[in-house]
Amino acid sequence: MKNLIEVKNIKKNYGKKEAVKGISFNVQENEILGLLGPNGSGKTTTIGMLLGLLKPTSGQIFINDLKLEDNRIKILEIINFISPYIELPKKLTVKQNLYVYSKLYKVQNIKERIEYLSEKLRIAELLDSITGELSSGQKNRVSLAKALINEPRVLLLDEPTASLDPEVGDFVRTFLEEYKKEKKISILLASHNMNEVTRLCKSVLMMKNGEIIDKGKPQDLIDKHGRNNLEEVFLKLSRSKNELN
Amino acid sequence: MYGLFLRHFYLITRSFPRVLDLVYWPTIQITLWGFISNFFATHTTYYNNAVGVILTCAILYDFLFRTSIGFNMLFLEEIWSRNFTNLFIAPMKIGEILISLVITALIRSLIGLVPAILLTSPLFGISILDLGIFLFFLFLSLYIFGITLGILVSSGLLRFGPSFENIAWSTMFLLAPFGCIYYPIDTLPEIFQKIAYALPLVYIFEEARNILINQNVNIENVYYAFVLNAVYFTISIILFYYSFNAAKKKGTLINMGE
Repeated sequence: MKNLIEVKNIKKNYGKKEAVKGISFNVQENEILGLLGPNGSGKTTTIGMLLGLLKPTSGQIFINDLKLEDNRIKILEIINFISPYIELPKKLTVKQNLYVYSKLYKVQNIKERIEYLSEKLRIAELLDSITGELSSGQKNRVSLAKALINEPRVLLLDEPTASLDPEVGDFVRTFLEEYKKEKKISILLASHNMNEVTRLCKSVLMMKNGEIIDKGKPQDLIDKHGRNNLEEVFLKLSRSKNELN
Repeated sequence: MYGLFLRHFYLITRSFPRVLDLVYWPTIQITLWGFISNFFATHTTYYNNAVGVILTCAILYDFLFRTSIGFNMLFLEEIWSRNFTNLFIAPMKIGEILISLVITALIRSLIGLVPAILLTSPLFGISILDLGIFLFFLFLSLYIFGITLGILVSSGLLRFGPSFENIAWSTMFLLAPFGCIYYPIDTLPEIFQKIAYALPLVYIFEEARNILINQNVNIENVYYAFVLNAVYFTISIILFYYSFNAAKKKGTLINMGE
């Protein structure tokens, strides 16, 4: 399998503070890699660097064999992002928002693409609604439609199901599993929901204080640390590190 | 009560733009109206058609104001709607973002300008079209300067984040006293005149008054306005790119809106 994301020893310093301390990892085609870690561990900074919103202090990032530093626009054409911390313009209708982003991403068959995503994500009846008037679950599905509008080969997800009720959360997770399988895309998933990570991710990276402190398949990590589930592994790794510090 | 006071006190003291905002609004208002009052007190016979000249200059200034604020608004709306990150991860070059904002700002300004021009004629018997063909050059010059200010403020927003927002609102008021919008440049103290001559505004408004009052055209004013505009516009573009790169280093782009 081809690596769609290759991260080579990237560091990010804010002045004297080291937010990310030289991490390396790859994400293959048709793979979901989980990025776990407590708040402030460097997950969002890492995602920011992958999106070209942050310039690494050192190290290299390759997306689909293209070096990010030299091919930002080309890479942005095949990548997309969803986070509960960013939203679509609230006063536009859902259809207008999707149309605007279709244009920004130079989508060819806009009508067909919006229809396809609307059907898949069950937002067809919301297309003429004002985006700001939607519920959290509806907004989340619309944001996901925006994130898939350009048929990305690489999808970065930051807490994609935060604040969703279990039914909508399950719908989104099922959708992502099926979409990944169908399109063979790479997904980097940052989440605090350990059940979600266990279900979706082939392997996970555990981050703390800007470093990768452990990695492996969810079940392998559970076995290795002698715990019952990934949440317990997460707590153990976070706390044991604290004690060491 | 003290807790609520502290909440706002902390907010203000942690942001230099907010402190600056508190200080210069009153200063600018007093300075601007002081010069206007001073001019009318000593030059009551200067204008034969004071209303016409003042209204024409007011419309020109409003166009400048709307162009600059319009540009900033487009940028700020992306921040307020928390859409900023979405915009900057779309495959668009910085130049493409700037061009689209420049065109949109022009359309917004024209929407505001046309009714103002149409109203002055029936209400006051004045037509800005009295400026003739040079009206186009004056508007073009104002538009370029308005866009330049918009790009400069947007650079500040990129670099410093939303706390720079207050500066966005007040840039035009900061420059108004030096722009000599309602009074000739010799009304200003000498030191202020030097600053005013470094801005294209003074040439534009001096020329508008010259055409309306003396019925002739001083092409030099138009020329200097364009030359200065070219310089400031180039600086603003360079600064925008610099701010974008600085924001990528500092992380402002990913935290915008917080």
